[in-house]
Amino acid sequence: MTYIIKRLLLFIPTLIGVITLVFLILHAIPGSPATRVLGEFATAESIAEFERRLGLDRPLIEQYIDFVTSYATGDFGESYRTGEEVIDQLALELPYTLHLVTAGMIIAIIIGVGLGIVSAIKPNSLLDNIGRIIALLGVSMPVFWSGMILIILFGLKLGWFPIIGAGDTGDVPDILHRLVLPAFTVGFLTSGVIMRMTRSSMLEVLDQDYIRTAFSKGLADTIVYLKHALKNAAIPIVTVIGLSFGGLLSGTVLTETIFARHGLGKFLVDAILWKDYPAAQGCIFVISLMFLVINLITDLIYGVLDPRIRHA
Amino acid sequence: MHLLQIKNLKTYFYTTDGIGKAVDDVTFSLEKSETLGLVGESGCGKSVTALSVMRLLKEPPARIVNGQILFDGTDLLRRTKKDIKAILGKRISMIFQEPMTSLNPVYTIGDQIAEMLSLHEDLAKKQSWERAVDMLAKVQIPSPEKRAYEYPHQLSGGMRQRAMIAMALACNPEILIADEPTTALDVTVQAQIIDLMMQLKNEFGTAILLITHDLGVVAQTAERIVVMYTGKIVEEAETLAIFEDPKHPYTRGLLQSLPNIGYRSFSRRQPLHEIEGIVPSLYGLPQGCSFHPRCPDVMAICRQTAPKLVDIGDNHNVQCHLYP
Repeated sequence: MTYIIKRLLLFIPTLIGVITLVFLILHAIPGSPATRVLGEFATAESIAEFERRLGLDRPLIEQYIDFVTSYATGDFGESYRTGEEVIDQLALELPYTLHLVTAGMIIAIIIGVGLGIVSAIKPNSLLDNIGRIIALLGVSMPVFWSGMILIILFGLKLGWFPIIGAGDTGDVPDILHRLVLPAFTVGFLTSGVIMRMTRSSMLEVLDQDYIRTAFSKGLADTIVYLKHALKNAAIPIVTVIGLSFGGLLSGTVLTETIFARHGLGKFLVDAILWKDYPAAQGCIFVISLMFLVINLITDLIYGVLDPRIRHA
Repeated sequence: MHLLQIKNLKTYFYTTDGIGKAVDDVTFSLEKSETLGLVGESGCGKSVTALSVMRLLKEPPARIVNGQILFDGTDLLRRTKKDIKAILGKRISMIFQEPMTSLNPVYTIGDQIAEMLSLHEDLAKKQSWERAVDMLAKVQIPSPEKRAYEYPHQLSGGMRQRAMIAMALACNPEILIADEPTTALDVTVQAQIIDLMMQLKNEFGTAILLITHDLGVVAQTAERIVVMYTGKIVEEAETLAIFEDPKHPYTRGLLQSLPNIGYRSFSRRQPLHEIEGIVPSLYGLPQGCSFHPRCPDVMAICRQTAPKLVDIGDNHNVQCHLYP
């Protein structure tokens, strides 16, 4: 328990670091938000007025202190573009991304861990080679390309899945139907890394003495592989799954754009294009928070999997 | 009828270095409730013999190319995988050399023993657990009901080997194959483990195939001894006969290599005897008798032809040209 509290406290400096970086990078992009929001033909006066109203004319350090203190009080500011509260917009977009990330991760884990185990059981067999080729394709195909291919094949040629939009809230079958192609796009990207780690980790474990002991007990092969070997092989696999979550999140940015879905990824791209500082900062803050939570969960799973970590 | 009979067993390793004849035409048998010592240096094929019986070899590279392993009247090599799995753990079980790594680190020892019981004895979860705790008590692990909840890393080497023995004997098997069960342990713990095995053997009537390079251990425990060298049996006899009147030069060499503490007076101490040379590689065995380059009694014929295993009386078999 104290461990969890300690880990949660560590979130604070990490998040301060994240928002500082985000703040600096966004402000380092040349050009003023005013030109984007007011358009090409805005007068110098209206631009000055815009910047004064939003406090963009003040020294950077003042803006930064302002920004940090308002985040500390839970105030994410208002979007330059729409004038809406950023936090409300994020709350609207977040579920779509969560759907995509969760579905993508499930697909990645099923493909990655499944192929990895099959490959490790019979190394260098035909099945292993097929698995490795699939993994290689997974890691080397960029999302914007594999997404297009899926759209062309399953959306346009076969017409099995809709290719645009995320569906209406509440209509679960429709949401799931529209989730299939984008989830496969991001899931496939991540599955390659997971497959490779599963394979090598399983190969190492299958060589261990306790696996021979398990076989000597007369246990069925599947029990030896799934119960005795996989749990021991799981720590590096879980680590990779946790880490590839970051890659998956960045995959959603492109995937949401390709499939014209709502979601944090598309929201972030738009916010950056519009130099909508509050929206971009809020969005990156939420994504970082998700990443931190996933990493915390990963650490907690270690303890569940391995008693030696729990007792340490 | 023999409890377990191994007939003309040949287990070869097919590698890029060539064919390694790890077990080459080995024949011996194990009787009911008997303790048989299988002795030899590292790499002589004792473990491979045991793993062939248990069908635990990695195939490939290993392959059982010939022979019969008769158990209960049938040849285990002709039985299906499912049949073998029903026998393993239930009627023939095995303990290994490395207690440190032979237990699964992520499950409690209670779980690992109970798993065996629920698999073969068809017991409910609770009953298997109770039986597992009973077994831990039988192998003299203190406060077994608490220890059952512990993980292997919380136990010492000796305790882990006790837990392994508890697991191996949980289903009251007819045969226990013990592959160097005490090699990785402290000397004091070794004695305890051997005592424990013998005590349980008497209680359960289990036959033990004790694989070891430690002649001291077999002297205390085994009724008969089979000596192996480079995949072949070189001598087989009652324990007393092996120790009192060893026939094969290799067996003699092994016995002479044992230190005799307090046997000679201090001033007459002599350096410990050693068998010259090293065990040849399986992939480049010498022609004729494979022991001839190291043999003190080597003759011309030894370099030409391999000797046959001959019975010289009193169930004493030797494979050496000295005994034609």
